[in-house]
This record gives sequence, C-alpha cells and structure tokens, in this order.
Amino acid sequence: MEAVTLTRKPRSPLRLALRRLKRHKTAMAGLVVLVVLYVAALFADFIAPYSYDREMRKNSYAPPSKLHFVDADGRFHLRPFVYRVSFAFDEFQNRVYTEDRTQRYPIRFFARGDKHKLLWVFPTDRHLFGVEEPARLYLMGADSRGRDLFSRILYGGRISLSVGLVGVAVSFVLGLTVGGIAGYFGGWVDGALMRMCEMIMIIPGFYLMLALRAAFPPTLPSTSVYVMIVLIMSFIGWAGLARVVRGMVLSIASKDYVTAAKAVGGKDIIIIFRHVLPNTLSYVIVSLTLSIPGYILGESALSLLGLGIQDPQASWGNLLSDAMHVEDIHFHPWMLIPGAFIFVAVMAFNFLGDGLRDAFDPRMEVGKG
Amino acid sequence: MTSYIIRRLLIAVPLLLGMTFLAFMVIQLGGGEYFAELRLNPQISPETIEQIEKQFNLDKPAVIQYFYWLKNVLKLDFGYSFSRMASVTGLIRDRLLNTLLLSVSSIFVTWLVAIPLGIYCAVHRYSWGDRFASFFAYIGISIPNFFLALLLLYLASVVGILPLGDMRSANFYELSALGKVADIGKHLIIPTLVIATAAMAGLQRLMRGNMLEVLRAQYITTARAKGLPENRVIYVHALRNAINPMISIFGLQFSSLLGGAALTEIVCNWPGLGSLMLEAVRARDLYLVMGDLLIGGVLLIAGNLLADVLLAWTDPRIRLR
Repeated sequence: MEAVTLTRKPRSPLRLALRRLKRHKTAMAGLVVLVVLYVAALFADFIAPYSYDREMRKNSYAPPSKLHFVDADGRFHLRPFVYRVSFAFDEFQNRVYTEDRTQRYPIRFFARGDKHKLLWVFPTDRHLFGVEEPARLYLMGADSRGRDLFSRILYGGRISLSVGLVGVAVSFVLGLTVGGIAGYFGGWVDGALMRMCEMIMIIPGFYLMLALRAAFPPTLPSTSVYVMIVLIMSFIGWAGLARVVRGMVLSIASKDYVTAAKAVGGKDIIIIFRHVLPNTLSYVIVSLTLSIPGYILGESALSLLGLGIQDPQASWGNLLSDAMHVEDIHFHPWMLIPGAFIFVAVMAFNFLGDGLRDAFDPRMEVGKG
Repeated sequence: MTSYIIRRLLIAVPLLLGMTFLAFMVIQLGGGEYFAELRLNPQISPETIEQIEKQFNLDKPAVIQYFYWLKNVLKLDFGYSFSRMASVTGLIRDRLLNTLLLSVSSIFVTWLVAIPLGIYCAVHRYSWGDRFASFFAYIGISIPNFFLALLLLYLASVVGILPLGDMRSANFYELSALGKVADIGKHLIIPTLVIATAAMAGLQRLMRGNMLEVLRAQYITTARAKGLPENRVIYVHALRNAINPMISIFGLQFSSLLGGAALTEIVCNWPGLGSLMLEAVRARDLYLVMGDLLIGGVLLIAGNLLADVLLAWTDPRIRLR
C-alpha cells in the first residue's frame, strides 16, 4: 500500500495505478516487447529488406543467410557481408545450399530496394538495410517461393497484431453496451440479452468459430477476409464481457448517486454511459488486455487452417501453415519462426494484463461509486 | 440434487435449440450448395440429386428444414454427410470416442503433474523450484497449442522415436491386441503433452494458491503446535482442504479442453471431433457441421454441470437447490 502524505496533492486512482504499473517489472517488459512489435509492424515496409510478395523461385527454402566478417582470403571486414547462395539436389532429392565465395555482398544501411509507401503516404525505395542484387539477405530464411521470411513476418505482424486491437474494440463496444443496458434496465430486457449471451457461450469457441466461418464463401478478397475474421472473433468475444459488465452494472445501478441522477431527470442512456459504465473501467482495461491474445490466436488458427488470410498476403498464422507438413519441417525448421512471434506477442500481452490487474486491483476498485 | 440437475438441463435445452437454429440459418445464408461436388460427378444424374434433395427435404425453406433436422436429431439421427457419403451419427460416434480418449489422457497427465507441483510450490514458496514452476506456467499459458504441437512434432521428426501425428501406424491392423494399444499410446503422447502443458499451468497455480491459503489457517498452526510431524500436517490436514475446490475445476477443464483440443487434433492429425469439424466446414457439409456443433455444445454443458455437481458432492457447505 502507498503511504499518501497530506502535503502532496491527492492523486487520481488512475495515476496511482500507473505508478504501481511502472514498478511491475514483468508488465513493463511486456509493454516494451509490444511497443517494439507494433512499431516494427507499423514500419514493416521500411524495416523489411524486401516486399512481402518479392519472389525468387531459385531460392526456394534457402536457409537463413550467414553473416560473415572474414572473407575467403582471411581478411576481416567491419561491415558484415553475405554471399550469394545456390542449391543442388543431393542423392535424396533434398536441396543443399552452397555459398559462392568469389563476390562479397556487404550489408548496406538505407539501401535501395522495392518501392513502397512509408506509413502508406511517403513513396520511397529506401529500406533500413539490404544487400545488392543478385544476392539475397534472408535473416530468417526463405519460404517455398524464395520470399524473405523476415520481411513476411513483419508484414504479417500488421494483420496479426491489428486484428487483436480492432477485434477487441468491436467486441468491447458491443459487450459494454449490451451489458450496460441489461444491468441497468433489468427485467425482460436483461433476461433476453443474457439468454443471447448464454446461447453464444454454450458452444465451444473453436467449433463456433469454424461454424461461423462456414457462413462465408470459401474464398474472399483479402480485405473482406480481414473484416470477416474481426466479425467472427468479436461475435464470439462480446458475450463473456457483457455478462460480467451486466453484473457490475447491476450493483452500481442500485447506488444512491444513480438514484440521484435519475431523480434530477437524467436520461437513461446518459446515466449508463456517463455515470455507470466508467466505474467498470478498471475491470474493462484489464480484461481488454488479457483478451487480445485470444483474437491473435483466433486469427492465427483460422489462417493456419487456410480459412483466413490467403497467400500472397502474410499473417503469422498463414506463414506457419507452411510448417504444417510435419514430414518436411526438419528440412526447413525456420518456417516455425512465425509461431515464436505469436508466442512472444501473446506472452507480452499476458504479462502486461497481469501487471495491470495487480496495479488496478479490481477487487478494490469495482463499484466504489 | 436430482431436481437441480434436471432443472439445469431444462434451462440448457432452449439455449441449445436457439443456438442450433441460429447456426442453421447462418450456414444456410452462406450459400448451401451441398451438391456442388455431386453435380460435377458425371456418374450421378441430375434426377438422382433431385431425389436426394427431396429425400432430405432440401427443397423446402430453411426454417422447415431446421425442424425436419430437429425431428431426426430427437431420434438420434443427425442426418447424412454428403461429402463423406455416410451417416453423421456414425461419423460422430467414431470421432467422439477418439476425442474423449485424448481428453481423458490429457486430464490424467495434467492432474498427475500439476497437483504435486502445486503442493511443492506452496510448501517451498519463493524457492528456485517455485520460481521456475511459475515461469514455466507463464510459458504454458502463453504458448499457442498449435505452435507447441508443431514444435514437438519437429522434435519428434529430428529424434525419430515418436510417430509424426495420426492415431494409428500403417501396420496397425497387423499388430497383436497389446501391440495395438501400445501403438495408439505412442500416437497419444504428443497431443496429450500439448494439451496438458496448457492446462497444467493454470491448475498448478490454482493448487498452489489454495494450498497457501489453507496453510495460513489456524487449524494448521494448531496441528503444528501440538507437535504433529510436518508431513502429516501438510499431506493430511492441509491437502484435503486444499484439493476440495479443485474438484470443480475438473468438470470445467473437461469442457474447456474441447476447444483447445480441436486445434491440437488438427495439427497432430488426430481423428477427433475437432478435425471432423474442420473437414465438415471445408466441405460445406451442413449436417456434419450442425451435428458437430450440437455435440460440442452438449459436451460443454455436461462438463459445466459435472463441475457444479462434483463441488456440491465434495463440499457439504454447498447445497444445490
């Protein structure tokens, strides 16, 4: 507990919570990781050395490029470089890649490469780093069509990471509105809305997700797929939140200040959104953070199964679908890397959410009035 | 108690009906062309398809179709799968057994590891073992099932002892009875480990928390004060009370496993309900999707009910009315 001395200005509960959060080491670590991931996704086209659909069939499943400092003559170079690679089939028809050591391709910063629009606005062909053609820089290896996996992961992050935020936003608007209305009005409104929630919650999430997917055509243009995933995930997600918010609103609505607001002649809608729902805020923020992983995992699962984002568009889920051919993974284990990104993002959100919960301690905050 | 169970089931029935009705309509909305494949097959005449349509009332409006479906479901006939040319009831029965086998083995492993680990962590609080376990728990909670499954399958492909997915080896039917059991057991290991890792983390934390709470109770102090050996205090006095609330988790876990198991089943190629659902959705097989959805819902309700009943049965303070 904080010792609040009277000489200081009284702090708002939010400020106090933020202070507690700053001292929470794992939560801050989670936050830092998330900031890095989101910034990387935002500037994906600049940071990625190649565009997400830049193919080079000759480099199918090229392994991660080795960064060299010492060249074939034994001279040391401060600037790391790569060699051009090419493959030959061995006796088992497996690709074996070898480096061509005659020509060095140093890594250049702000190198020219594929044209792109920085932040969707500024046209440029500069990338954070790159190597000159015909060599290719594969930090995390290449996929079956010789596309750079690292670049595709960065572009995929745009979809995978934003689905969480957008999906959560949609289902929270729904959940808060429905929960607020049900708890505030009670009676048959409450009954009807809650039965609706229970109907959704009675089916295991994964089965419901697949069944809802069946309602859409098997193939859709990429933007519609995105909207579809958000719709499916929010449809499943809002019910649980609405139920909890309804319970909280039920207890808050019986408080004196709500009666007072009603007596003064406040409109119901305004009372719900201005006076009642803000009191559920701390719970909502925590639960918001902790439910984002569910959306990321849902998108990944759908795309992994080929029902979501389609090639050539990248998302962490559909990148991982390349690793689904279990018999082949050990020839190109780097195809598992996108899964590690999902794992790290989910873990970071869990850390941050737990830290937020400790900081807010909802048991103390809820329904304080 | 009996009246409580009956009432719970009675509440669940309209919910299930509502959900299946909605799902039926939604899937029909997405365009119900069940015969796309059949129509392309030159060996099947358009008349045959029309006849099938009539036979399954597919020429009637969707709402009427739903009630025909419902009528058959009450007779435990879940309809016909047009993509697999088999009765949905039979398909689901086979797959349900496989899913239950996987669920039971994962629950078994989860409890076998999580409970002792939880006790250890509570007794040796803040020790290195406890810290390591809680770190491990975070990983277990955060790692996506499908990713862990792929990692383990990758490991298996490198080491080469365990089979890479599926439920039976190619030579399964030539094996002796004991060999068959061993073969399925070998195939069970990876999916079980995947599901158990995720479930273990939460259970271990819960057990640790319960145990810590009980250890703070006054009767534990009393037990220690009267000179009981520490082992007796922990394993007899504390454990019994700490494990009580866990029993309701058992039922909940059973129902939550279904969702988590589905993806693992698919990645590990385990022929369960989850992979059946995926195949059904891919083939746009209406009755198979509906049947799978319904069974999923029934299992979830059963799991939740089991949780409440077990809790009331073990804790005399709780009376279900």
